[in-house]
Order: sequence, then C-alpha cells, then structure tokens
Amino acid sequence: MKFAHLIWGNLTRKKLRTSLTLLSIIVAFVLFGLLCAVKQALAGGVEMAGADRLIVRHKVSIIQLLPESYKARMERIPGVDLAVHQTWFGGVYQDPKNFFMQNPVVIEEFLSMHPELILAPAQKKAWLETRTGAIIGRKTADRFKWKIGDKVPILSPIWGRRTWEFDLVGIYDGRDKGSDTTPMFFRYDYFDESREEGRGKGLVGWYTIRIKDPARAAEIAKLVDREFENSPAETKTEPEGAFAQGFAQQIGNITLIVAGILGAVFFTLLLVTGSTMAQTVRERFGELGVLKAIGFTNGQVLALVLAESCLLALLGGGIGLTAVWAFTARGDPTGGMLPLFYFRPSDVMLGVALCIALGLITGIFPALQAMRLRVADALRRM
Amino acid sequence: MSTNTNAANGDPLVHVEGVEKVFQRGSEKIHVLAQLDLTVGRGEFVALMGPSGSGKSTLLNLIGGLDRPTKGSVSIAGDRVDELSDRQLAGWRARHIGFVFQLYNLIPVLTAERNVELPLLLTHLSKAERTKHVATALAMVGLSHRARHFPRTMSGGEQQRVGIARGIVTDPTLLLCDEPTGDLDRKSGDEILDLLQALNREQGKTIIMVTHDAHASARASRTVHLYKGQITSEAVK
Repeated sequence: MKFAHLIWGNLTRKKLRTSLTLLSIIVAFVLFGLLCAVKQALAGGVEMAGADRLIVRHKVSIIQLLPESYKARMERIPGVDLAVHQTWFGGVYQDPKNFFMQNPVVIEEFLSMHPELILAPAQKKAWLETRTGAIIGRKTADRFKWKIGDKVPILSPIWGRRTWEFDLVGIYDGRDKGSDTTPMFFRYDYFDESREEGRGKGLVGWYTIRIKDPARAAEIAKLVDREFENSPAETKTEPEGAFAQGFAQQIGNITLIVAGILGAVFFTLLLVTGSTMAQTVRERFGELGVLKAIGFTNGQVLALVLAESCLLALLGGGIGLTAVWAFTARGDPTGGMLPLFYFRPSDVMLGVALCIALGLITGIFPALQAMRLRVADALRRM
Repeated sequence: MSTNTNAANGDPLVHVEGVEKVFQRGSEKIHVLAQLDLTVGRGEFVALMGPSGSGKSTLLNLIGGLDRPTKGSVSIAGDRVDELSDRQLAGWRARHIGFVFQLYNLIPVLTAERNVELPLLLTHLSKAERTKHVATALAMVGLSHRARHFPRTMSGGEQQRVGIARGIVTDPTLLLCDEPTGDLDRKSGDEILDLLQALNREQGKTIIMVTHDAHASARASRTVHLYKGQITSEAVK
C-alpha cells in the first residue's frame, strides 16, 4: 500500500491517454456484461431445466397440437411418474408490446411438476376455487403493478379473437435466482370450455413428463415416441434442457456468437492497452532508473509496472461491470422478450478474472523490459 | 598508468583498486577506465574533475554500485560491491548510497515530500517515522515550506535541493553527486554547493562529486583529476 501513491501518480500522469484507454476498457466490459446477460436470457432456460423432466411435443413442430388423451398413455409407460400439459395462449395485455407468456395448466399436477415456482398455500387454494383464476410471476406483476384481486384482460389472437378476463388470485416467486417469473398460468378447464369450437378443443400444446430415474431419460424418451408412432400426432421427446437449448438456438449458436464477439473485442483491447502500457513505460525509463539507483530491486520495479496495468484494467473493468450490474438489476429491458436477462454472479467473477488477466498480459512485457533495464543506461535517458 | 590516491583524512571508506571498465559498442571496445586506484576517507569531500569522456561519471557509477567493473575491485566500508548480486546491490544502495543527479531526476507526479520519501519506502519504517525523516531532510535543505509542491512548480535550485534531501533522507554512508550544479545558474549552484559543504562539515557526510566546474571543485577538500580513464593528478586543500 505504501507504493499506492506512486502507482496512482504514474497512472494519472497523462490524463487524456489514461482516460481514453480506460474508456475502451469500460466499453469492452460493458459489452462483455451485456452479452453475458443476453446469452443468459436466451440460453438460461437450459440451466434451469430439471434433469428429471422431458418435453414431449408434436414431431412436426411445437405449434402442432397433441391430444389431451396422451396424458394417460404416457403415465402408463414404465419409468414415467407424471405427465403435465401446457398450451401456448399467446395473448397480449392492452398492447402487443406488453408481451409475456400465458399458459393454461391443470393446477395440482402443474405445481407438483414445477416445485421451483413458489406459491403461497392460501393463493393456491383460491386458484383451485376460482374457475377464472390465474397466477402471475413476480416480475410481470411488478411490471404492470398488478395485485391480487385485480381483473386482468388478455387478448388472444389464437383462440378466437376476443378478450379473456382473468381474476388474479396469486403471485408466485422463483425458488432460484434464474427462475423465470414472467409467465401467467391459468386453469385449463376454463380455457378448454371457453375456446371456440374448431379451435383445438381437447388438444394441448406440449407435455412435460417427470421420470423416476434421470439416468434413463434417453431410454424413456424413445419409449414415449414409440408409443405414438404411426399415429396422426407423432411425438418428439427430449430432455427439458435440450428443448430449451433448441428453442434458444433458433437464432444460432449463442455461445459461439458471444465468444466470437468477445474474442474480437478483447483482442483489440489487448492491443490498445498493451500499447498504452508499453508507451508509458518507455517514456519513464529514466525514472525507473532513478528508482533502481535509490534501491528498488528489479522485482519491485516489475511489480510496480504490473500493479499499474492491473489497476488500470481493474478500474476500467470494475466500472464496466458495475454499470452492467446496475443496468441488468432493473430487469428485462425489452419488456418481456428476455425474461431471464440478468448478470449472473459467475459471469461477474469471470469478468473480474478477465480484468486481472488483461492487466497481467498487457503489463508483463513492459514490466519485464523495465525489470531488465540497466541502471546506468536508464539514467542516461533522463 | 595508474595513480594511487590515498585518503586525506579519516578511515578509508571507498577503496577502488585496479579498476578497468570496457564498453563494447558493436565490434569496438572502448576502454573508459584503465587500472584505476582511488581511496576516499570517511568524512572527505572529493571532487572528480576531468573533460567529457574522461571516465568520471563511470567511476561514480562503479562506486555507487550502478555498474560493475570489467576488472578490479570496488570496496565501500569493507563491502566488495563488485561481487554483490543485482538484488544484493539494490539493497546495498538503499542502505549506503545517496545519489544527487545533474538533472535532479525527481519523479514529476510526486510532490517534494513524496519524492524525498521514496528511498524510505524500501525500509521498515512506519508511516509516522517516514514523515518525520522526510520533514527533517526537507528542513535541512530549507524547503519545509515547499513539501507539498510538485517539481514542475519549483525552480531548478529548489528541485536540486529536493534531490539532495532525497539523497540524504536515509542517512547514507556516502553521498554521490553527478554534476549537481551542472544545470543551475551560478547563484543557485552556489546555494547547492553551500549545502553540500555544510553536509560534509556539519554532518560529517562523505561526498564524492563529479564536476566540470573548477568553481564547484574548489568547495571540495580534495580534487582528483581524470583524463582518458586514469587519474592524472590530485589536489588536497
């Protein structure tokens, strides 16, 4: 710490140059943080997926419906514990930009399938007693400032172009930080009775099945698909994680895209910061010679230069990461398109590690140069 | 030819014996010092004079442990400086040597007191002790009132006095000055020489000063003349 003023003084010697370098580091780390958050938003469902859950959808596409009668047949397959269906309602609240997911479900079995959704017992009871009842995730409730007892009108373009009115009976929370608390769930019996004739009565969107032994997931998936082979509605069964991944990868391999962009950004950053550090040390050869003359060891000079480059990287990276943290703490900036948009602590730690790596890599060559400097030669450069 | 110059008074502090220094520039070998012997006694104020290229700064660098002789030995207070490793040399310089440079060589981003404090950062002194030492050193050079000023706001003479304060703050065994008045006007130069003389006479500091200037060397108790890497004459006051 007693060298802090020397390190800080050197860093602030050329204010404009340091500011510009700092700015480039901040921008790079803001980009890093935002891309991590977007990646999390698009692919986060994969991590939140249950290892003991499989998704069964129509073999052709997710928008093709499956018979409600499949439930009993699925539950008869050895190894299947429970089968629960959901259906894409696709409604909007007041305006198309107010999008969030709404799905009709059978209450008891749905809550049993998704223990990660935390609903107060009294609210569950109210839901069971209210045919038009619906529960909403905390994020969406906060977004529209809804409270229990409110009537929520939702316009659905799929199930007959009309407004459906729901009674808000519960607000659920997510058990884990990454849980998606944007969807609304309402009763399937109300949905099935209320949808117009010819709009898929008795049909559902997809099934989630819970299996007794996650190790048998692949085997059971095959058994399920074989059960409905050669029927009018053949199925495709896959683990929930793979389903979520496939959903996310509709826009491409997100991890690869993010890695590509960040790779290019950090490579450029290495050049910019490395060049700044090399220049700043080259300009100070004489002063470094003075430090050595008065007794600083080669190792201490190396450490001083490395501390300077690490401080610069940590300062820039710290500001960038904090800015992203503050931005993502406000939640999904798209109004519902990216419900899992947040900056994971593990990504923050990765960002800090990147800061330190940036500091070390950009500082090591000038630091070695400073370390190897011969005192008499350096003093001649003053 | 070599000239053996003995200490004029006190115990021998610096003992340079049979020193040669050869620099290699491409394929050319430049002999800067040749079979040079020099002894400086404790408490002496020695001026090294000579034309450019005579080897006086090189000799000062060897005595200060900033460079190593090609041949011969350099002993300071009994320590064979030429045999120390780089790391040992750094520690030895911190403990025994104070440097004063022609261009002051202050760190521009540090205030006067922070510049003076630099050598103390390498000691185990507490912050309070360092502050006390710095205040004493600045008071000795008459710059207590400029402690918080940056070098760029000071005159050349003031900067050199800060340089001297930095050189003496650790109470070194030996103060080495490389043309300390070379970049100053006569008045400021005289003030610096007064200061060095006072340090020698009142504090008993052993000083070796490289200079071109006969006016400056007149302040020393002994003047050693170098020419082409050898001591040609000396004059004791």
